[in-house]
Amino acid sequence: MSGPASGRRRKQRPVLKVQDLAVTYDIQQGGLLRRHTRPLNAVDGISFELARGETLGVVGESGCGKSTLARALLGLVQPRRGRVLWLGEDLVGLDEKTLRKKRKELQIIFQDPLASLNPRMTVHDIIAEPLWTFYPKIARVQVEERVRGMMKMVGLLPNQINRYPHEFSGGQCQRIGIARALVLNPRLIICDEPVSALDVSIQAQIINLLKDLQRKLALSLIFIAHDLAVVKHISDRVMVMYLGRAMEVSSAPNLYRRPLHPYTSALVKAVPIPDPAARRRTATSGLRGDMPSPLDPPAGCVFHPRCPYAVKRCEIEVPPLRRLPQGDWVACHLAEELDLTIVKSG
Amino acid sequence: MSVLLEVNGLDVRFETPEGEVHAVRGLNFSLQPGETLAIVGESGSGKSQAMLAILGLLAENGAATGQARFKGEDLMAMTPQELNRHRGRDIAMIFQDPMTSLNPYLSIERQMIEVAMHHQGLGRREARTHAIEMLRAVRIPDPETRIRQYPHEFSGGMRQRIMIAIGLLCEPDVLIADEPTTALDVTVQSQLAALVDEVVARSNMAAILITHDLGVVAGMSDRVLVMYAGEVVEYGTVEQIYAQPLHPYTRGLIDSVPRLDREDHEALHAIPGNPPNMLALPPGCSFRERCAHAFEACAEAPELSEPGEGRLKRCHLEKAP
Repeated sequence: MSGPASGRRRKQRPVLKVQDLAVTYDIQQGGLLRRHTRPLNAVDGISFELARGETLGVVGESGCGKSTLARALLGLVQPRRGRVLWLGEDLVGLDEKTLRKKRKELQIIFQDPLASLNPRMTVHDIIAEPLWTFYPKIARVQVEERVRGMMKMVGLLPNQINRYPHEFSGGQCQRIGIARALVLNPRLIICDEPVSALDVSIQAQIINLLKDLQRKLALSLIFIAHDLAVVKHISDRVMVMYLGRAMEVSSAPNLYRRPLHPYTSALVKAVPIPDPAARRRTATSGLRGDMPSPLDPPAGCVFHPRCPYAVKRCEIEVPPLRRLPQGDWVACHLAEELDLTIVKSG
Repeated sequence: MSVLLEVNGLDVRFETPEGEVHAVRGLNFSLQPGETLAIVGESGSGKSQAMLAILGLLAENGAATGQARFKGEDLMAMTPQELNRHRGRDIAMIFQDPMTSLNPYLSIERQMIEVAMHHQGLGRREARTHAIEMLRAVRIPDPETRIRQYPHEFSGGMRQRIMIAIGLLCEPDVLIADEPTTALDVTVQSQLAALVDEVVARSNMAAILITHDLGVVAGMSDRVLVMYAGEVVEYGTVEQIYAQPLHPYTRGLIDSVPRLDREDHEALHAIPGNPPNMLALPPGCSFRERCAHAFEACAEAPELSEPGEGRLKRCHLEKAP
């Protein structure tokens, strides 16, 4: 089974191919006497392809499985099934030693910039650590040169090299995290909510920086966030996840102009518009109730209990992710019949 | 119209091992009944500390001076006992993180009934009925059953709605919400924003919304107060602030919000640099180092001026940026 491929760069061979990836956690339940485990399908059959220099946004609410997906791609959690093909080689099932070597090429940036930096290490040592790990015999001057180069690239000042994380603001800590992720010259970076802990004013700096670095270094990026406006801004294509499954994979402009899935449409409508003239528009996302427990996902389409368009078929039959003639992908029985256009073209 | 809350010359200082931090510097504002005021600024701008100071909730190393007149009575001159009569009953505050402000060991019932009995002098039964009504008002499904549950049994969005229900339980005159939706998903955010908006409108309550995100408050506030480095830098109606911001910082805050409703421009308009170090504020205008419009005059700290009826700005620029 082949997943959604890049539109713009379809002819190029993808660097990453993810096929039918599934991750299941065993959840302990019950009291002392009736203890049992129940499976929680955090990621349930995700497929996609990523080209060199492409950014795929992954968006969804808490509990949709987007962070688990990130961890599974890096081999930090073991998938139950599926393949993660990095340059043609399956990363699933590789032994720890081989996998570690691969991590030179695949790096991650985390959400909480301060918490993900060791408070007892200087900026120099934080950025240098991956170098020491992968090249234990590297000369000290070489390390320092490389660290200084990275600091310049992410917009840190040379005189900050011996400072500690607590001396920096959130945005600067995230710059340190980015420098650390880039120091080994990776080809793919997974950003897990990299700006959601930052002030809006600083968010924009970090998004611009990531976009800039990506272009300069021809990086492939997987950008995970719950903020659709942020994701749209940085991504070429966006995957919308709900309860472990992909609801839609569309090019970023299409996703906003004409969502294909009712869940995408609800997400788009829920984003506040920074304009008083749009007052109260935000109140009409049309989404009913809360997300169901992933331990007990609804039958049929997982979104049907909250979907304003659901019909009988949606309660029974799981809609597969399929490609529409215009090139985007959707998992909805009614995709052809619904017109969820938000912005009229022209 | 009478003024409900009037804050005058509010100063907040903290003693830290590195020196004194002057977190809020001469803050003035007033709140009318039924009005929603957004206080906007980055982390460290003093917006949350100002609210905590008014309610007498500053950390041990903090001290506040100035006045905060609630219906004419100065909250800051009150003893803790006197303040307790107002906190929760007349002025309620909803905090950012619902998991840390709800007691994990007590059922929702216990936490709500206590508040209602203490502040409103209700009996246990009445208090319970009232609590269930409030949970229903914030759209907790099946409130009769769920009131017996503990915080961990609810989702993040529901916990935040419970916090709002507790905040509203005593029908306060002023509701202060500190980043009430930041930790939440957008869909939950929009539900909550609509809910707060509706409750405030229905009860003629006044609200103060504290946030770093101008995008969130556009649709739900009447007036906006922008703070930077502990000071007010701009004030106006929500329409004025968005249509014609007078301070470059406000302009920056508006432009840095990534927008879904516009076609992508190449880069977002970020505000360069970082929030200032409050331990060592630069002389002159505190925004000068990050300001694209700074000129010679900015070496001198600008005073708050009144460029129009009901508008305030703290900037030397003649024209809007």
